[in-house]
Formats: sequence, C-alpha cells, structure tokens
Amino acid sequence: MRCGVVVFPGSNCDHDVYHVLKHVLDQEVRFLWHDEPRLHGSELVVLPGGWSYGDYLRGGALAALSPVMGAVREHAERGGLVLGICNGFQVLTEAKLLPGALRPNRGQRFECRDVYLRVERADTPFTREYAAGQVLRMPIAHGEGNYEHFPYELDRLERDRLVALRYVAPDGALADEWNVNGSARAIAGLANAGGNVFGLMPHPERCAEEVLGNSDGLALFAGAVRGAAQLAGAGR
Amino acid sequence: MSAPAEAVVDAKRAAEMGLSGEEYERLTGLLGRTPSLTELGITSALWSEHCSYKSSKVHLKNFPTSGAHVLQGPGENAGVVDVGHGWVAVFKMESHNHPSFIEPYQGAATGVGGILRDVFTMGARPIALLDSLRFGELDAPRMRSLIDGVVRGIGTYGNCVGIPTVGGETGFHRSYNGNILVNAFALGIARRERIFKARAAGVGNPILYAGSRTGRDGIHGATMASDSFDAESEKKRPTVQVGDPFTEKVLLEACLEAMRTGAIVAIQDMGAAGLTSSTFEMASRGGVGFRLDLDRVPLREPGLSAYEIMLSESQERMVIVAQRGKQEAVTRVFQRWGLEVATIGEVTAGGRAEIRRGGRIEAAMAIAPLTDQAPVYHRPAAPPADLARRQAPPEVPVPDDPGAALARLLATPELASKEWVWRQYDHTVRTSTVVGPGGDAAVLLLKGTPTGLALTSDVNPVYCGLDPRAGGRQAVAEAVRNLACVGAEPVGLTDCLNFGNPENPEIMWQLRECVLGMAEACRALAVPVVSGNVSLYNETEGRSILPTPTVAMVGVVPDLGDTPEAHFVRAGDRVILLGEDRDEHGGSAYLRWLHGIEQGRPPAVDLDAEGRLARLLRALTGQSLLHAAHDLSEGGLAVALAEATFGARVGARVAVPLGAAALFSESQARALIACSPAHADRVLEHAQRAGVPAREIGETGGDRLEIAFDGGRLEAEVAALHRTWSRALPEALGL
Repeated sequence: MRCGVVVFPGSNCDHDVYHVLKHVLDQEVRFLWHDEPRLHGSELVVLPGGWSYGDYLRGGALAALSPVMGAVREHAERGGLVLGICNGFQVLTEAKLLPGALRPNRGQRFECRDVYLRVERADTPFTREYAAGQVLRMPIAHGEGNYEHFPYELDRLERDRLVALRYVAPDGALADEWNVNGSARAIAGLANAGGNVFGLMPHPERCAEEVLGNSDGLALFAGAVRGAAQLAGAGR
Repeated sequence: MSAPAEAVVDAKRAAEMGLSGEEYERLTGLLGRTPSLTELGITSALWSEHCSYKSSKVHLKNFPTSGAHVLQGPGENAGVVDVGHGWVAVFKMESHNHPSFIEPYQGAATGVGGILRDVFTMGARPIALLDSLRFGELDAPRMRSLIDGVVRGIGTYGNCVGIPTVGGETGFHRSYNGNILVNAFALGIARRERIFKARAAGVGNPILYAGSRTGRDGIHGATMASDSFDAESEKKRPTVQVGDPFTEKVLLEACLEAMRTGAIVAIQDMGAAGLTSSTFEMASRGGVGFRLDLDRVPLREPGLSAYEIMLSESQERMVIVAQRGKQEAVTRVFQRWGLEVATIGEVTAGGRAEIRRGGRIEAAMAIAPLTDQAPVYHRPAAPPADLARRQAPPEVPVPDDPGAALARLLATPELASKEWVWRQYDHTVRTSTVVGPGGDAAVLLLKGTPTGLALTSDVNPVYCGLDPRAGGRQAVAEAVRNLACVGAEPVGLTDCLNFGNPENPEIMWQLRECVLGMAEACRALAVPVVSGNVSLYNETEGRSILPTPTVAMVGVVPDLGDTPEAHFVRAGDRVILLGEDRDEHGGSAYLRWLHGIEQGRPPAVDLDAEGRLARLLRALTGQSLLHAAHDLSEGGLAVALAEATFGARVGARVAVPLGAAALFSESQARALIACSPAHADRVLEHAQRAGVPAREIGETGGDRLEIAFDGGRLEAEVAALHRTWSRALPEALGL
C-alpha cells in the first residue's frame, strides 16, 4: 500500500503521520514535497497538520494553490483517497475539495485538549472500522477549527450525509460546552460526496499507540489503508 | 540606539552603551587607540552581563559540571547528556525577562525561538519545551495583559514550529510586579555521534549566513537585558526583537538537512548580540580569526551601518563555517527551503577579527582579549541587615476550618490549576508525550526504545528570599523528587539564575548563596549542571525581584511500562505518606497567601533524606508497585492530597497524627504514594530498608476527601474542590 504525506515548509505533523503509517501500520510511505506536482504513485495521500506556508493570512489559503495540490486534486477527482488533518482539513476547504471554511475558535484562543467525537457515518473508507454512533476520544490542537458554512449549505451537508464526525460530550450527546471551538452543527469531520476525500480537525495520529494512553485514532488510518487497497484491487 | 556615522567615540558614548569608565579604558588600552563606533558597539555587547557573565562567573565555578553521562558541559550553545540507546539529550534554559516585560507577546515568542535555535544548532531535533513564568500581583499595572501576551507569545511560537510545550511552572509574587520572568527551556535529541559544535576551524573556510534578513530590530538587546528598568524603559521597545515562527520552522529543517551534507565545520545561531557574539564566540572557541564583508549580509532595507548590522538581533539567523569547496552543498539546502543564504567572510589565521563595510575597515581587533579575557568582577556580597528579623520564627495561626483554608489556597493563582495556560500550548504534537503538563514531571517517549525522558522545572523564590542557600538546595532537591515520582533518574540540569542588580551587595549575596546551595545539592544528589544562563538587573526603580534560580532537570525512565500517575487512579488503593513532617511553615504558601506572612526559615533540606526518598521512589516504580506518586511541595499534605484526587476524581479517606496547621506544613523530602492493598506490605518493607519513614494513612475511593487530624476532621467534596481549583485562574484573570 503506497501512502504519501505532503510536506509544506510549515507542516509539523508530517513526521507523526509518517510514523503511524510506517511503523504502526507497516505501510510503504514517502513524503511529497509541496513544490512538485507529483504523488509518486501514492494511493492514499495525507495532508498533515501544521502551518503550511506560515498561514499568516488564513490557514491553508496559500497551500491550496501549491503545485502539489494540483496533483492531489486530480487524484481526488479520480476517486483516490485524500485525508486532511487539522491544517490539512483547512487546505482541503480552501482548495474546495471539501465544503465550508474553518474560522478562529469561538474563544479566540488556541486549544490543545482531548475532545469526544461521535461517528456519524461509518461507511466512508476512513470511518469503516468504527461503528456508527461510536464515541471516540481524540486530541485537538488548533486556533482555527471553528467550522462554518451558510445555513442552507449546512442543511445540504446534513441531507447528503457528509458530516462524519461531531463534537459531543463523553456520553455521546450533543452539548455546547463540548463543542470547544464553536463549530456549526458541532462538525468535527467531513467527507465529500464520494467519501474518498475526508477532513477533520482532531488528530488521529496523536492517539494511535497504546503507549500514549489512547489508540482511538488508529482505526481511521487502518480503514483508509484498507480502503485504498480495495480501490487499487478493483483496478480503477 | 541607532548611531550616526560621525558619532564621537568617548567614555560618555561608551557609558551610554553600558560600558563603565574602567571598561572603556581597558578597551582603549587593548587597542592602543580610540575604538571605532562599531568596535565600541561590539565590545559593549561582548562585555555585557548577558554575554560575559562578568559578575556571576566567579560563583558559577562552584557547580559540578561533569559526570558519567555528560558529553558537553557549559560553554557551548547547550549541554549534551547521554540518555542511552545511542541517543543524547541536548538542552538549555534561557531568560527573556526584559523583552517580555516591554513587549510580552514578541518578548516571550522570541525567547522560545532563541532557545530552540540553541538546541538545533547542535544538530539535535527539538522535541520538548518547558516555560517557567513568574508574574506579579494580578492587580498590578498591565499584569493581566502581560500574562495574556506572554502565554499567547509562547503558544504561537512553539505551536507553529511544532514543538510540544509539555510543562513548566507559573508563579506569582508582588516582587515581579515591575519585572516579570520568562524562562524558556528546550530539549532536543540527536544520535550520539552527530553532535555539532560552534568551534570555527580551517583557515580559508567560508563563513555563511543563513536565515532571515538583517533589520534594525533588537539592536543592542543584550545590553538592554543587562540594565534595570525605569520610566524610560518604554522607549526601549524598538530593542525588542520580532519573531517569525514559520521561518524558524523552515530554518530548523534546513539546518538539520544541511548538517547531513557533511560540509559543516561549525554552526551557531545569532542570538543575543547577533552577528557579533556568534562570530566572535565561534572564532574564540576555535582559536582562529575571521574576516567579514558586511556588504554581503542579506539586509531587510538598504543603508544599515556596520554598527547596526553587527548589533542587530533580528531573529531566525545562523552563522555557519563550511568546508572550503563544499559550501555549495550547504547553500543548496537553504535555497531549497526558500531561505536567504550568503557567503559573508572566511576563517583566517592569527586570531583577529576584520570587519568591512562599503570597502572600509570598520573594526579590526584581536578576538581573545574580548572574549576569554572579558572583565571578571568579584563584587562585594553581604547579607541584608534585617536578615535575623526576616528569619525569625513566624506565628502560625491555626486554621479554625482547615477545609475552608484548603479551598482558599486552591483558589489562589499560585496553587490553582494552570490548565488555562497550558491548554493554549500544543503539548501533544510529535506524538511522544506520555505525561503532559499538570503532573510532577513531564514524560516523553524516546521513540524506538522503551525509555522515557522526564522533565521538570522548579524553584521556590520565597524560600530563596528568606534563605538563599536553603532555597538553592530546595530547588534542586524538589526537581529530583519530581523526577523520582515518575521513576526517572536525573542525568543533568540547566538553570536560569534570575536576580536583581549585582552592584548591590545584598543581591550579590543572594546570588552567591543560591549558587552554593544548588551546587551542594547537585553534588549530594549527583546531578551535573550542563548549561545555563544568568539574568541580572531584574529590578524596577530600585525594587528587586525575589532571587529566582530556576532549575530545569532532565531524567531518564528506563522502562515506560511502569510510570505511575500523579493522581489516584482507582478506589481501594492504600495511601502511604513517605518522609517526615516537621511542622515547618517559614515561607509557606499557607502563611503567605492566607495570612500575608512571609517570614521564617524555609523548610530544612536534608539532602541525604532526599536521596533516599528518590532512590526508593525509583525502585518502587521500577517494580511496578505504584499506581500513583505525587510529591509534597507548596501547600503541604492537604494540597497534595487534594491534587491527587483531581486527576480521575477519585476521593480518599486518610488519618494523620498532625495538628490542623501541620496539614499545610511544607517539610521537604516527602511524597504521597498509592498502591494496591496486595502491594502495601512490600512497599512498606522497601521503605524501611531504604531508610525512608513511611506510614499508611488511609485509602482511596468515594467522591470525598476526608482527612482526620489531631482534634478534627477536614471533609470536602472532590467535585467542589476541583471546581474551585480549576476555575480560579481564568476567573481571576477575567479573560
């Protein structure tokens, strides 16, 4: 299974994603340099967290226009798997590969803490290893994770079942105090209509090993790897 | 402090730059002529307290600096210690007090940037940050905005570079009302054989400049940091540097990649005193000279003078000595990362510096006299006249309602939860954080090994103010204890010695005594000092800060499988108190925060007892006998018990043969542990063999904390105490 991790100059979770794919899941992984419009045969492409080009304007605004993103877009349009985590999610929305936008957190501060997520859709390649309704614990670390879109678009997202993960209380119920960045409809993660492009603000790579006290995130990568293998096997 | 080209150079001008009359005479004597303005600027920076340690040097010699694990002690950009499996830890702590008081956001941010560069300049990848912060009373002028600015500055910088901030401390005292402290610590790791040093060598080797362009920011920052504050300090705002964490992140990656080319001979970041200190220090260490052509330095704007270029403290810049003929390999790496890189000079024989600008020689001076032979002062030291009064045993009021006293203590900014602070710092990036902020010590996984690295920073400035010798000892002992609570054996420490004006004999006495106390404890507990920093002149309008010798210590946990939590994890565990209570209240949080008394001798530090306790805790942890271990410090037993119930909201019921006030005594060499009933006897046997007093005081469980003491009973709901403790700081800040 060939995986590619995009490296923008300011990516800082690239090594962490690489570590999980390579050392925990034993996959073939390479870094993809932002400046080159090539994916080197990667079947799963991950856009990691960080500050792509400094992001002094808006998270991911410049990265969406980078050479590598041209190749990522083509890959996505062919049905290839693309996962955006944190800054990578911001890049995917800026590139219009996912709808909506991520604004500064409601409290206007960076938040690093564990949150609880309810799996709303277990039928995407990224969530297939989870059960619908399952509650996951996952760390967040961001200043701009407040998901926003026009109300009618939010209704459309719900209708089309694109919302894959929502911030909830530990018992799985929606609760405003647990929606820590103030996201519309408590949206933490989204898929596109095809289910092959997936973005989320929390960091599954930071909870993928028992030594760190939490491995709730591992199944997301395991699912993606298996999903990508199936796509490859189907000889698309 | 921009300098007109035609500026007259004389003793008055030298004094404006911080050189004394004597020092100016020494310089003219060395040169045999009147210095140029550039030469004067260079010398005043190199001889500033910040760069030369001229007032502290004679005392710093007392520290033990070598040991079985030490590969590099003080004198380089950071210390290097062997942590096993072929890995070394590279670490240092540095102050950014003065800039942070003038401009908190940029001051704190660039403090983080500077300490990160000190670590990666040695070839290590930074993996963790700590921050030790001291603020004044919340109602002091600007204090809330200073706190907010410092926390945002640290967060923005560390978060963007992607280095987790895993711990530190935040304390409050009125002595910091006019001079806050921001001490930043960074730790990196490298393979043992891949350490880089800042020792220039090889006549004819090119000197490269890489990173951000040079601007007019931070000119003479090192001199500003060696001065005290007054009403004029606001005018020094332009001497505060401006940070760009994105460039730092790119510079970090580019440097580590360039080091793999094999073409780098020496490398140093441009920190305090910028291009001046980096080039002079590298040449001095290597016993060589250098020639610089400042026309080749990448500039942010044209027209900077030699003086400005040499003294600028623009951030995110490095100086590299490359192997002649191979510099292209280095240059290519920096270009690929989109950074400025230029050859600005070369290494020469003969130990002289020659600096040109616009074809003119602006400085030509021998290097060694400015670095190795910088002035050294044996400044007079004397205890304060009222020492006996300060140390007189205090009246200790007995609390009528110890439960209420405990709740009030937990609501003080000093003892309240600091989660509001550390939630703004990314502490989980790099996926190595096994124990993050909020515990006794942070623990990081050394990936690919079973080993953990433990980190803590400690000092009790109130103790240091009442008895600097005891305070110095206590800072080291508490750090050792905190490491032992996670099963770690210390391998080295770095320090940040923050004091007032060294020209005041009382301050010099504090400095000397603190250093002697620390050195004693380091020897007794076998912890070498491998790097550090001194920050003097921390005073405003004649009022000095409390002596604050911050200690940051690094330890190794051989096997992470066994790390106990700092809090109770399950009901039905036995609670055991290790160590001996001696009813000591001098400088205690209880007296200070509830009764406004800051008097008496601080708790005695028995270094043998500390050593025995630490060995016992490590042995118990190594045998997986403990579920929880938490050291007793500020607030004593009552506060430690309350904190232990918070982590997992597991209550406890204990009984101790102590009076109500003694629940808040701060006797040292104590820790609280919890273990399963099946292990309790073995734990007690171990303690007895180790010579550590141990007493089973109760058991965990329920949702209440109940402490039976002589003559009464303290009862509180864990949830209520936790609410008080966790909400106090953000509520007090009103942010």
